[in-house]
Amino acid sequence: MAPSDSLSLSCDHIQNTRQLGLVASVLLAQGDQQQVRSLGQRVLKVLESRQPEGPSLRHLLPVVSKVTSLAPDALHEEQTRALSKRLGDWLRYASVQQGVAHSSGGFFSTPRARQLGPVTEVDGAVATDFFTVLSTGQRFTEDQWLNVQAFSMLRAWLLDSEPGGSGAPDADDKSELEGSTRSVLSATSTASHLLPPQEWLREKAFEYCQRLLEQSNRRALRKADSDLQKAVSARRAGGRAGARSLAQLPLSGLLGSPQCLVEAVLVLDVLCRQDPSFLYRTLSCLKALHTRLRGDPAWVRALLPVAQFFLHHGEAAAVDADAVYQHLFSRIPAEHFHSPMLAFEFVQFCRDSLPLFGRNLGVLRTSFPNLFKFLAWNSPPLTSDFVALLPSLVDAGTAVEMLHLLLDLPCLTAALDLQLRWAPLLTASALSPPLLAPGRSCSLPSRASLCTSSPPPDGSPGAQPVFHSAVQPPRPFRVSLQLLAGSGHRDVTVTSTLVSPWPVGTVRAGAESSFGWPGPEPTSEPSLGSLSAHRSLQAASERPPWDVSIRAPGCLEAFRDSQAQGLFQHLLRAQASGTVERLTPLYRLLQPLAGCARVVQCAEAVPTLLRAFFSAVTQIADGALASQLALLLLERSDSLYQVPGYEAGVHRVLSSQFPALCKLHPPLVVEHAKELLEFVGGPRSGGHVLTSVVWAIGEYLSVSWDRRCTVEQINNFFEALEALLFEVTQSRPSTTLPKCPPQVITVLMTTLTKLASRSQDLIPRVSLLLSKMRSLAQSPATGSMPGEEDAGAVRTRATELLNLLKMPSVAQFVFTPSVEVSEPRYHRDTNTALPLVLRTVSRLVEREAGLLPG
Amino acid sequence: MVHVFLIHTLRATKAEEGLCRVLYSCFFGTENSPNDPQPHGAERDRLLRKEQILAVARQVESMCQLQQQACGRPAVDLQPQSSDDPVRLHESPCGAFRLTAGDPFQEPRTVVWLGVLSLGFALVLNAHENLLLAEGTLRLLARLLLEHLRLLVPTANLLLRADCIEGILARFLPHGQLLFLNDQFVQGLEKEFSAAWTR
Repeated sequence: MAPSDSLSLSCDHIQNTRQLGLVASVLLAQGDQQQVRSLGQRVLKVLESRQPEGPSLRHLLPVVSKVTSLAPDALHEEQTRALSKRLGDWLRYASVQQGVAHSSGGFFSTPRARQLGPVTEVDGAVATDFFTVLSTGQRFTEDQWLNVQAFSMLRAWLLDSEPGGSGAPDADDKSELEGSTRSVLSATSTASHLLPPQEWLREKAFEYCQRLLEQSNRRALRKADSDLQKAVSARRAGGRAGARSLAQLPLSGLLGSPQCLVEAVLVLDVLCRQDPSFLYRTLSCLKALHTRLRGDPAWVRALLPVAQFFLHHGEAAAVDADAVYQHLFSRIPAEHFHSPMLAFEFVQFCRDSLPLFGRNLGVLRTSFPNLFKFLAWNSPPLTSDFVALLPSLVDAGTAVEMLHLLLDLPCLTAALDLQLRWAPLLTASALSPPLLAPGRSCSLPSRASLCTSSPPPDGSPGAQPVFHSAVQPPRPFRVSLQLLAGSGHRDVTVTSTLVSPWPVGTVRAGAESSFGWPGPEPTSEPSLGSLSAHRSLQAASERPPWDVSIRAPGCLEAFRDSQAQGLFQHLLRAQASGTVERLTPLYRLLQPLAGCARVVQCAEAVPTLLRAFFSAVTQIADGALASQLALLLLERSDSLYQVPGYEAGVHRVLSSQFPALCKLHPPLVVEHAKELLEFVGGPRSGGHVLTSVVWAIGEYLSVSWDRRCTVEQINNFFEALEALLFEVTQSRPSTTLPKCPPQVITVLMTTLTKLASRSQDLIPRVSLLLSKMRSLAQSPATGSMPGEEDAGAVRTRATELLNLLKMPSVAQFVFTPSVEVSEPRYHRDTNTALPLVLRTVSRLVEREAGLLPG
Repeated sequence: MVHVFLIHTLRATKAEEGLCRVLYSCFFGTENSPNDPQPHGAERDRLLRKEQILAVARQVESMCQLQQQACGRPAVDLQPQSSDDPVRLHESPCGAFRLTAGDPFQEPRTVVWLGVLSLGFALVLNAHENLLLAEGTLRLLARLLLEHLRLLVPTANLLLRADCIEGILARFLPHGQLLFLNDQFVQGLEKEFSAAWTR
């Protein structure tokens, strides 16, 4: 794909590694497979020909990595083996002395080389073992660079170079590898020296990862050293300012050990998959690692690969990893839902590991309230992932609860927002109140007692007293909320910890009156005190994740309201509780937050999610569940959190799903006649759901779907719908109410006619009613018919129905076709009765219609 | 492995709303599927890549916009107060999202993005990369580019300095390989880059 035939690059005779690297980037981008292969060969040749002390090979390793990912067959098997061997060497035997600093003094200075001594660990101590990416020094030797490169490409290489499923390479490899790699080998002549190269590399990779785990532990040990931590956080905050002393700043806050730790665990995972014999050596240290990590919020993202490891290998190692999953699903979403990257990674993890969950799928499924917190807070990037995830999360046992929560998702967003806003106030008071303990009113002190002095009069900035913790030094930034999983009848208590991402000292009494963040840029330097250093990192580096422009004074009150507490508890539960609470009081309390962009974004995502939910649930639903869900639709259609545009979007989905549920289980119309009657007789908000309910009544209220259907039932429905039709067409109490959409009128008429065709005593009534409607529609100005076009539609429908009713037996056949009619043969075969009947009927109807005026 | 690195505009001015400009992009390797029936020719491939890049840039822009809105940060917040202010990279909005296979790349990809004032930086990654590392690398690249190109100074002309960007990428993201660089390695590479650049 060179831009012109006359312009072509070739790598064939390039010896200079840097030049080869540059040419490679062009050739790789051009993407010609043949070129990529020959490039791979060339690079390998250069790599093989060089001695380790030659000029920098490090420009070539990324090329190899890229070539193998683009063209997996570019390297021959023996080349792959040889390179594996060398990678192992680079990983394990890089020099532990710092590089040589060539003094760059004046013209007269002798070209004197200065040895800087051994490399150091992350905490400044002299390295105790071999060199890794976490070892530091002022200058690095070439093999140390190669070490970094080798580790960076290790995981991909292990995966790519795995010989196609065939176990270990055979014994004759050994001689080859000796020949090709002898030059590179430094010390050590252990027994492992004789391993086949692939295994050699795995062994070295394993040692390397173990060492990284140990080194990251070292860092954790020094967590208490707040000087170092502050220095790191200052560097983060202030960019590159500040003196840089090796001893003080050994590790960049940007590229630190969490990344290495994650990679180490991922590599260990690959190793154990490729060679199960590593499993027993790995398990114990990963268990210890998990115990270490789970207590520290700063390392939370490293927990995911650990959990993934246990998912992959828990079964094989006969380890009960339930505790790992429990912690993962119960704590992390509740505490870290506001971190967009973690949310993405967590959901990716769930999605990618679905096939692996096996018997642990239950943990995932019951944790959906927690998982939905990610969704509620970060709906734009996560909606598509959840659409993919929902089919696996939906379970017959929790479907009803899940639907409720999906419909309440914007409300959950608002509640999470409130939870975040509230956490600093709690912390400011240095309380860990049994805030949401069931059956107890909140023991928060009154607002006045929270302040160190009375709030200043409005408009006196600067005189605002700063909220200080009552206890000095302030406690770590943590508020324990006892969230009860379930509604009180279970004993399972999940302790949720709110980690506040901003410092304590900046919550001001002045802001407290409006419960808003004082401003995007807190002016006073937060007094970090003895806050956990990691927490302070987090705190110093983030602005509050909520919309600071929206103040919600009343909402925070709601958290103290004894009635609302239980509801908040329910909404913010960590696991499926098996119960359903009506959250209507919360909608009112959270109304001020309904205009938040985040809430609106979430509300916009809900219709999509509902569709995904229903398409999943209709696959598994039995009759009982279908009728439960159908009732839920009716109930929730007018009980939603009032977010702009939300109700209309949800109604559109609900109205399309109600008929689908009825189709799944037709007897539900007869079974729940009472509820349906109440619905059509009750107050209504929108036309969409009503239309589909009325249609479903006409379609499924029939003996052919359920033997229990009685004439009384049909009559009852007829009367209710007749009254409804009258109400929507003739007695509009005020002109301000929106006009009734014509769809509702036509569907009502059709349904009434359908019912009449099943209980023929009603035919005179419905005929009268239809002709009334027709005449009403003919003079739209006097009636409540919307427009001329709509009136025309109503008129046409009324005429058609009237004509059909003139032939009651035909009407019955048309309106209540037998179930077999839907079978394909009635539609494929022109000789069967149905097409014939339809044609006849339509001819009759058309002729009748043609005779009638209008 | 990084598939693409790109820099694009965020939040264009009112006059050109909805117009997202890609300022720089770099593909590391192509994704020719082996069963491609026939090579399409250089020009068509180039156009395809441009479309792919633009599709990613637009998504990043809207993700960034949505995130900013959700946090209640007005658009004015995104203009630099003064060119002397150090950019608070750690406060810049960042996020990740997934691209499904075929839309717009053949394979599923993950995008990690970072919005710095009016510039968006994004890495398009293979599906199972170490996101923590990618995020760190992206922040590092953004910092280096801002420093060395003085991108936020009004007169900076990013479009004319692709060679400098290439120089940084070749060292810190060689051939799309994410590197585990601790602070000392970063310094070493920075020195090497500065030396090569001033020469």
